[in-house]
Amino acid sequence: MDYFLTEEQQEIREIARQIAEEKIVPVREELDEKEEFPAEIMNVCAQSDLFAVPIPEEYGGLGGGVMEMSLAVEELSKACLGVSVTYAATFLGSYPILLFGSDDQKAKYLPDIATGEKLGAFGLTEANAGSDAGGIRTTAVKDGDSYILNGTKQWITNGGEAEIYTVIALTDRSRGPRGASAFIVEKDTPGFSFGKKEKKMGIRASATRELVFEDCRIPAENLISKEGMGFMVAMKTLDMSRPGIAAQGVGIAQGALDVAVNYARERRQFGQPIIGFQAVQHMLADMATKTEAARALTYAVARYIDSDAKEVSKVSAMTKLFGADVAMEVTTNAVQVLGGYGYMREYPVEKMMRDAKILQIYEGTNQIQRNVIGAALIKEYAQKKS
Amino acid sequence: MQIVVCIKQVPDTTKVKINPETNTLMREGVESIINPFDLYAIEEAVRLKEAHGGVVKVVTMGPPQAGSALREAIALGADEAVLVSDRAFAGADTWVTAYTLAAAIRTLGQVDLILCGKQAIDGDTAQVGPSLADQLNIPFVAFVRKVREVADGSMVVERMFEEGYEVVRLPIPGLMTVVKEINEPRLPSLKGKMRAKKAEIFTIDRSALDVEDAFLGLDGSPTRVVKIFSPELKKAGEKWEEDPGEMAAKLVANLRDQKII
Repeated sequence: MDYFLTEEQQEIREIARQIAEEKIVPVREELDEKEEFPAEIMNVCAQSDLFAVPIPEEYGGLGGGVMEMSLAVEELSKACLGVSVTYAATFLGSYPILLFGSDDQKAKYLPDIATGEKLGAFGLTEANAGSDAGGIRTTAVKDGDSYILNGTKQWITNGGEAEIYTVIALTDRSRGPRGASAFIVEKDTPGFSFGKKEKKMGIRASATRELVFEDCRIPAENLISKEGMGFMVAMKTLDMSRPGIAAQGVGIAQGALDVAVNYARERRQFGQPIIGFQAVQHMLADMATKTEAARALTYAVARYIDSDAKEVSKVSAMTKLFGADVAMEVTTNAVQVLGGYGYMREYPVEKMMRDAKILQIYEGTNQIQRNVIGAALIKEYAQKKS
Repeated sequence: MQIVVCIKQVPDTTKVKINPETNTLMREGVESIINPFDLYAIEEAVRLKEAHGGVVKVVTMGPPQAGSALREAIALGADEAVLVSDRAFAGADTWVTAYTLAAAIRTLGQVDLILCGKQAIDGDTAQVGPSLADQLNIPFVAFVRKVREVADGSMVVERMFEEGYEVVRLPIPGLMTVVKEINEPRLPSLKGKMRAKKAEIFTIDRSALDVEDAFLGLDGSPTRVVKIFSPELKKAGEKWEEDPGEMAAKLVANLRDQKII
């Protein structure tokens, strides 16, 4: 399918593809096995300017949008979701600054993101605040020219590896979610430490840790936007980042489809390649159709968001919901097409299936995506005059 | 440091086949690439520039379409591109290529270091680099696997052999050809690719060079490629599948017959 990409978009895809094939595929199994952070691959991404993609030109970036970021994420995801989430989480951590940061904050933090010198991370989730993000308990108390943070963020991608963290904390507990604010916290700030590295089912190359704040004093100028805007910042950030998760789904589904089709062409049973059997063909046909549909939706929405559209929560949630479900189904069926071999670690699809599961869970579970879509429908139809 | 990297555009030989009837390379539809060894030379030049400052100029002699190789070199970090191109240069052998390149490089102003890949994967001669140093009357070291240090007026490099290496001081200006052990070339960057797209390719033709026509192109070349052929495939051997004892006896008899033992 030709999606009429611009020349620049084609080049982003080309370089990301080259990194995926030459630098990620040869080591992905080892990274997964050893749960090793892909620092070297991040350096390659940095050197190739992949981190510059969605950062504005005035801060050393390439001025791309969600579409360009998604293209890079898709290609990296074909090879390894653990690597691609490490890349993408940097932008999840950067979007609060990009969307709501002051000029000074942008000038201070975005250039190092664009060069890839520093990775980013985003801290919202807590032990008792997952889908119910309004239940966060981390506090930020104003004290002169500082805020003092206390609390623990859980399951933070790039935790411990990133230099720049955007964190949501309560500045006014009495106001609930409306009392939340967004802050920039730099690594090595006294009172800011990390929990142990989590052991995960998939995306094992990525680092997931707790962020622990114990009387962590940060300058008041690190407040993003205004007090009370924390959830607005978080929600708008997720609107931008969810197509990236969808792109992860498209990438890993395509990667699994590629393996499955090639295997089916070569594997012989009952005297012929198994791709000759309609049972297999139909599975592959469904996998290909759904992957393409997820890609088409992701690109369409990414372009829509980049057109500065106002209301994007619903369509952004749709990409994530659909892309994640397609990824889970396609990777599961890829294992099925490969049969016993697919279940073995020497073939890449078992890892893809383990990796894909996270897509239905993180950045808002797929159930929460349906809530977002449902709420938008209610609002939309209430506004329509019958 | 003013660095010149000489590169060659070659057919991707991993994809080239030889026409068995005419014994010529079937280049149709085969992608052209930068000679892989030259990628190491570009990378080393860019690293030297990053460490010591300066400018990297990449030079190639070839038809206008070789400009795409130069643009790729810019995407990999080179600063300027020079295309040495003229119908009069066509068909040059290694001596004439070195002669012509030397004349072109003399027009580029100060040059401290020239880097070449150890050889091209199409001709496989490894002659142009050393021959170019000879034409320019500068010292050279071939098969460099490491640059140890860069000082005023000289560099210390390691020259690779099959077993071990030599440490050599190379006075500057000088030339070196590099082997793939020297570095791991980076992938192109997005900003580099955009720079490459806009980059101006400076073309040098016959009229810009102080050369003699008698030493140019195919007619000026002292050597000729008379024939290209695929080596004959080895004849199929005999295959025995018998009792091991009998086969051993048969083998010994056979070897005795041929007076091998």
